[in-house]
Amino acid sequence: MNNPPAILVTDHLIERPAARHLRRQVRSLLFYLLVLAIGAPFLFVFLWMVLASFKTQVQNTAYPPVLIFTPTLENYKTVLLRNPFPQFTVNSLVVAVGSTMLGLVLGLPAAYSVARFRQTGLALGILAARMAPGISYLIPWFILFTKLGLVDTYLALILTHLTVGLPLILWTMIGFFEDIPREVEEAALVDGCSIFGTFWRIALPLTRPGIAAAAILSFIFSWNNFLFSVILSGSQTRTLPVAVFNFMSYEEINWGGLTAAATLITLPVLVLVLFVQREIVRGLTLGAIKG
Amino acid sequence: MRPVYLLSDPEAARRGKVWPSRLFHWLDRWAAWILPAPAVVVILLLTAFPAVYTLYMSTHDWFASSLTPPRFIGLGNYVRMLTQDERFLNAVWRTLLFTGLAVGLEMILGVAIAVVFNRDFLGRGLVRTLLLLPMVATPAAIALVWAMMYHPTLGVINYLVQLLGFPPLEWIANPRTVIPALVIVDAWEWTPLITLMALAGLAALPAEPYESAVIDGASGWQIFWFITLPLLRPTLMVAALFRTIDALKTFDIIYIMTQGGPGFASETLNVYIFQTAFLYFHMGYASALLVALFALVLSVSFIVIRLRRAA
Repeated sequence: MNNPPAILVTDHLIERPAARHLRRQVRSLLFYLLVLAIGAPFLFVFLWMVLASFKTQVQNTAYPPVLIFTPTLENYKTVLLRNPFPQFTVNSLVVAVGSTMLGLVLGLPAAYSVARFRQTGLALGILAARMAPGISYLIPWFILFTKLGLVDTYLALILTHLTVGLPLILWTMIGFFEDIPREVEEAALVDGCSIFGTFWRIALPLTRPGIAAAAILSFIFSWNNFLFSVILSGSQTRTLPVAVFNFMSYEEINWGGLTAAATLITLPVLVLVLFVQREIVRGLTLGAIKG
Repeated sequence: MRPVYLLSDPEAARRGKVWPSRLFHWLDRWAAWILPAPAVVVILLLTAFPAVYTLYMSTHDWFASSLTPPRFIGLGNYVRMLTQDERFLNAVWRTLLFTGLAVGLEMILGVAIAVVFNRDFLGRGLVRTLLLLPMVATPAAIALVWAMMYHPTLGVINYLVQLLGFPPLEWIANPRTVIPALVIVDAWEWTPLITLMALAGLAALPAEPYESAVIDGASGWQIFWFITLPLLRPTLMVAALFRTIDALKTFDIIYIMTQGGPGFASETLNVYIFQTAFLYFHMGYASALLVALFALVLSVSFIVIRLRRAA
């Protein structure tokens, strides 16, 4: 057997290990600076939001912008105590949890069916519902719900948010149900378990992490929804994004209060995202790419 | 010993001895229909019905605020839209401009960032997690923070711009800069999606072409341009398709930050429809505009899909 040309490989390794080590460290440093430069604009917006929420109105309207200041909790007190903010939070929660629950009840069996019986057409049909602009449903809904007296009810908001949540749940879960080993289900069927029994006793328990991810995604998208809520909610059911928008239309904008509200709204979403990191890209692209 | 009947034993079912068995057998036969039925019915009621209703309403003249019933005017709304409504034509142009700029910027930045991040380094997981935050943060909150940062006299962005030696801009307060300013917000929100999709694509690329390229002495730029980019093209086309469809429909950040202003300078088709329907309550005309938006989304998607096939 021929010896590999070891000289070629080892030559520069032996020659100047210290210089090589230094060069590598400089390159590594430059790389991390680049990562920092890329990440800074993305993080700055969040940072600025949180900073502004701890500033007084005077500090928020100072120029040049104030960077060093004594933080105040006054804005959070105003938002939480002198506003119906808790009520808006309850409204947002009821709608998001309601539409997610309903989405799971409807979406899980449908996703299982698509995965098990290869109903691609069905999945694509529901994809089409997601592709259409949301506003194209809003005008008929508005007219219909006005006639039925359902504007400003939780039901109207839950049903409309479902058109976003259900496709998300469906497309996230198809992948998880497809990943169940065929043998496991077949064993259950051979043992006399019905298809519904297999779904309930085998498929659902096995895909629990997927269900959690799908539920969180659906919750986030309902929590964030502005377009449907701004038209279909009212004084009884106003959700957080709509409330923030309404506050913005005041003549003198209270930036501290607004950013405190924005921080409180965004925080739960940012925490929830940590649990669905892997599924989120898949959910956002409706399974087109297994991110 | 009592006979044991399996729940879905077909023999027992045919003999009709045990009723639950019969029921379960029947359910199993129709499972492919029963399981998805509730979801399909609800989605149809919530989306297909509105679609048909929109088509119907688009041939009528009707203000939701008036007491008179809808009046049938045939294609009158469409004729008016295409021949007399300059606001509509401008909105279409603005929608295309916004979408083109936003998707273009996001694709270039997204792929560039993905190439940088496509290696093993300490904190890679953390960076990927942080990338998720802009796209899931509540748009209303984000739009509010950007509106504050874009403030022409007090905003931090003009402060940073001047710190770098550039003249300050009026951003969303000036008709000439409002579209690029909104594109920046959209790019902030959605560039990470392109990055994450590109990273997933990069991870799935085969190693062989790279090995032979290195042996042939290709430079880093050549490897990127002649190997990575062509191999990544299918992934990138899917990413571009999704982003294009969503960008055409962008509503939250535009409406919250500018409501289509100043003047009509940032009024995209989506915002114009919203104002026509819920500010002027001109439902018939808004429905016709909706059909136009839907046609726009469909034709742009079709073009992107054709490009994907040709590529």
